[in-house]
Amino acid sequence: MTDLSEAVAVQDTAKIGPPLWLLAELTYRCPLHCVYCYNPVDFAKTEDELTTEQWFKVLREARELGSVQCGFSGGEPMLRDDLEVIVAEAHRLGYYTNLLTSGVGLNEKRIGALKEAGLDHIQLSFQDSTREMNDFLSSTRTFDLKRRAADMIKAHGYPMVMNCTIHRHNIDHIEAILQLASDIDAEYVELANTQYYGWAQVNRDQLLPSREQLERAERITNEWREKHGNKMKLFFVVPDYYEKRPKKCMNGWGNIFLTITPDGKALPCHTARMLPGLEFPDVRTSSVREIWYESEGFNRYRGTGWMKEPCSSCPEKENDYGGCRCQAYMIANDPAAADPVCDKSPFHNRITEVVDRAQIAGNAAQVKPLIYRGPKESLQLDRPF
Amino acid sequence: MAITTATVPKVGRNFRIQWEPAQDAYVLLYPEGMVKLNQSAGEILKRCDGAANVAAIVADLETTFNAQGLEADVIAFVELAEQQKWVDVT
Ligand code: SF4
Ligand code: SF4
Repeated sequence: MTDLSEAVAVQDTAKIGPPLWLLAELTYRCPLHCVYCYNPVDFAKTEDELTTEQWFKVLREARELGSVQCGFSGGEPMLRDDLEVIVAEAHRLGYYTNLLTSGVGLNEKRIGALKEAGLDHIQLSFQDSTREMNDFLSSTRTFDLKRRAADMIKAHGYPMVMNCTIHRHNIDHIEAILQLASDIDAEYVELANTQYYGWAQVNRDQLLPSREQLERAERITNEWREKHGNKMKLFFVVPDYYEKRPKKCMNGWGNIFLTITPDGKALPCHTARMLPGLEFPDVRTSSVREIWYESEGFNRYRGTGWMKEPCSSCPEKENDYGGCRCQAYMIANDPAAADPVCDKSPFHNRITEVVDRAQIAGNAAQVKPLIYRGPKESLQLDRPF
Repeated sequence: MAITTATVPKVGRNFRIQWEPAQDAYVLLYPEGMVKLNQSAGEILKRCDGAANVAAIVADLETTFNAQGLEADVIAFVELAEQQKWVDVT
């Protein structure tokens, strides 16, 4: 959700603030195979996961610097048998702890143990509202399991926070998705359009909705808000491909977000490891303090000093810090370029070409088969995005 | 609900208030989000424990900070906090 970035947006930019938000990606392993998975396409090449003790060290060092929101994600974090122990340590250190899960692997025993460990919040992701679509898009049979997970989450007194990634294949089911959210008594619902990183970039033409689809979905979401009021808080996020200004990615590079990958790399955002020519530190050999304040990986794109034209002389540079470095690299082939979503970027046409194609239903690029995320596919593709 | 001196506010169940030395402030934490509170908001909110009513919170603040006439400010803040769902009131 976006509230955090707004709440802390008023910061003294001259001074490097603390990494308020720590994202602990506990594993890249996942029983699902989402076609828009945000994990690196070459995830299967990564080796040893951090041990429990190493995660304790990360949690302790980040907390000392001022980290306070802690997300546990993956892959599927439930696949770590030590999840409960890690959560307990985070809780003891004073973090607000969030678990981002597909719900697979959640059972009475584990949710009881997580509650006991002090877990504050669970965000449950759904692929779509119907069993068929959910199972098709994640290439598994998980829908009933998720419904049960939702019941357990509620029974343990957690707020029901539901996330559904939206794209061309499920956006027309928005009513049903909202109905499902309401059936499971969701308090917060994030209807986030796919952002084009990782596997979503591989499947981009197949996933980007048309303008008409987007407008319809947004209209229906607004109507739902009017009809049902604030009981369920709905967040609808449009794909940035439809914008003319980039998002303020991660609220600025190295500004508040710190991601630790399953194999111990420290990143300013969970997709940054794709960037060429940047060495990201390893938490096994560097302290979080060195990583955050001193490493080249975190300092390279901090603030605005690194910018080139059109960003460097742009009056809006403090608003968006030039957008996303990964998107600049993927599309303009230069991580220091303006995010091509910006219409001042000389490469903006590479975005609009994709958007234009999305308006023509059934074109050749869209009907290519979707590539499901999986270790075999990862090794075959053998590329970062 | 209209807030009066008899209202009893309590920090909402999905929220937690805590002192953060790194930010030199009280913060209100909730699912995937955080609000940094200014000093008076922090002092009021940490007293919203579900036991004290607004009158007691005002009295406590006036003693602690050796001040007077805080009632209107406290009521205004509790109104805002209730709208934001930061507190439940009874
Ligand atoms: S996006 Fe899907 S496949 Fe990727 S980690 Fe999440 S649940 Fe697993
Ligand atoms: S030119 Fe750069 S700084 Fe200006 S709006 Fe575009 S991306 Fe942002």
